[in-house]
Amino acid sequence: MNFFFEVLIGGLLSGVMYALVALGFVMIYKASGVFNFAQGAMVYLAALSVVGCMEKGAPLWLAIILAFAIMTAFGIATEKFVLRKLVNQPPIALFMATIGLAFFIEGLAPMIFGSEPRALDIGIVDEPIAWFLDEWNMVISKFDLVAAAVASVLVATLALFFQYTRVGRALRAVADDHQAALSIGIPLQNIWAIVWGVAGFVALVAGMMWGARNGVQFALTFTALKALPVLILGGFTSVPGAIVGGLIIGASEKLAEIYIPPVMQDLFGGNFGGIEGWFPYVLALLFLLVRPEGLFGEKHIDRV
Amino acid sequence: MLYREAGQFKTTYAADQQLFPIRQDRIGILVLLAVAFLGVPLFASEYWFSAILIPFLIFALAALGLNILTGYAGQLSLGSAAFMAVGAYAAYNFQLRIEGMPILVSFICGGLTAAGVGVLFGLPSLRIKGFYLAVATLAAQFFIVWCLTKFPWLSNNSSSGVISTQQLIIFGHEFNTPVEKYLLVLSIVVVLALAAKNLVRSSTGRAWMAVRDMDVAASVIGIKLMPTKLLAFAISSFYCGVAGALYAFCYLGSVEPDGFSLEMSFKILFMIIIGGVGSIMGSFLGAAFILLLPIFLDILLPFFAELFGLPFSSATVSHIQILVFGALIMFFLIVEPHGLARLWQIAKEKLRLWPFPH
Repeated sequence: MNFFFEVLIGGLLSGVMYALVALGFVMIYKASGVFNFAQGAMVYLAALSVVGCMEKGAPLWLAIILAFAIMTAFGIATEKFVLRKLVNQPPIALFMATIGLAFFIEGLAPMIFGSEPRALDIGIVDEPIAWFLDEWNMVISKFDLVAAAVASVLVATLALFFQYTRVGRALRAVADDHQAALSIGIPLQNIWAIVWGVAGFVALVAGMMWGARNGVQFALTFTALKALPVLILGGFTSVPGAIVGGLIIGASEKLAEIYIPPVMQDLFGGNFGGIEGWFPYVLALLFLLVRPEGLFGEKHIDRV
Repeated sequence: MLYREAGQFKTTYAADQQLFPIRQDRIGILVLLAVAFLGVPLFASEYWFSAILIPFLIFALAALGLNILTGYAGQLSLGSAAFMAVGAYAAYNFQLRIEGMPILVSFICGGLTAAGVGVLFGLPSLRIKGFYLAVATLAAQFFIVWCLTKFPWLSNNSSSGVISTQQLIIFGHEFNTPVEKYLLVLSIVVVLALAAKNLVRSSTGRAWMAVRDMDVAASVIGIKLMPTKLLAFAISSFYCGVAGALYAFCYLGSVEPDGFSLEMSFKILFMIIIGGVGSIMGSFLGAAFILLLPIFLDILLPFFAELFGLPFSSATVSHIQILVFGALIMFFLIVEPHGLARLWQIAKEKLRLWPFPH
């Protein structure tokens, strides 16, 4: 039973890491209706910028500020040169443009900062917490716990930002109805620039967490693929949905990886590891059949 | 002056409803086919056949399959490579397990198997649409590739799922040289492309387009959504499956499941974006563009590097390739969201009035 809880908690904590990436998606989708496939690439760019600046001799805090500046500039440029030109195109076209954007970043980032995998040291060690090991005989990483804390702070900040600031209110208005927002004088394009800046910030946090964990390398772009089932499970438009979805996906994927392959081995023989790769998707798919709008998504009403 | 339909009067229904109603189009297609079947084999080199023409035709076929699903029926899919994998592995297994199975029949069976799998993964499209569906098709992509790697029976117990395809023999004739393989692939692609061209203007095709434009409205005017959507998935996956079988048998000869990666699915998606979503010809134009671009950049970039004295390493070249790729996709979406096929359309309209536009 101890082992079960260890796997469960490990899964929940890694789910928080997925939620970090998923948050960036939700931000942009909520405010502009763009499904930003480049979020994974942005995570990569952010982590690379931090590492790149540190290699040039900048201390960690400066590197983070510089990386944030890069991400903001990048977000604004994206809005200005790509999305603004695609206003009034169908959402699919915008989605495909963000795939193009993802490729663009994946080519550009390593050209500037170099493509070899590097370690990112942000001062948290990835080691089991002694207390859990002694008292409960469970291996729970300190790093995961810190990541979970960071994610909670981030979510709380975003929630407050959305709820109580002037900009946050404007963001919600834009998300609700572009035209109505425009007609009462909310500058749509500034708002979009802000959204992309905030998404860049979320990508920066996610990039630093993932980069510190697995090293800064091209594989960081695949975090987006991990975040997609989280999104459809939680609903595209819901910040809490991203968190809950992340927890569900993280926990169920780790449990499945431990408990399903032995069963299949008994049935068919052979090695069935690597279920993690597809299990979240199938889970999300089955879930969608029951609730097409996700856990917390807005119910979509079709009108002719 | 040359391209004008004025004066071409249709006196029968058959003439009015034919596949290419304009005489110049018919002549153009015949000339194109003649060049492809007779001209190209005379002049192209072996490298051209095995490295450019055969993959071009195969990817055009896969893009055509995706275009049926995404461009005509409006269901976005990110799993085309997985359906190609199903086609390739099914064709291999039909060849392997059934004695004396004609190779063309196993290609078709491979396509049909892919169609079955496609319908299975198309079921969610009845409940969900748009991005949710796109993510759902990713499940197909990852699950199928995993299955092909992990179930040894599917790859005849080879390590890590690599299969080496059987000899191509049709009516006792062995297809060994690139030219013969090219002609085989070309014939299959031409037949399937014409079939698709015919299909999308039939009642099925019109139903797909109605569903694409607005599915609620389509169901109100009496189109049954379930059969229409599932048929689109089936036919699209059939095309992808046949393309996958050709990819394995006529192009590479030996494939592994990981070769049919998400990247390949994206490549096929880019082909239809750049070529033109909802256009048969666009699939071909897009495939040509996406396949030729890396070759073009490979030649061009070192040249530029020398010109400006820039030290380009091979890693940098591959990064620039990705960068240019992404930039071009955004550029195309901004400048011409309907793709290369739309440019061709505009050219035709201009030609109609040329040389007296007013």
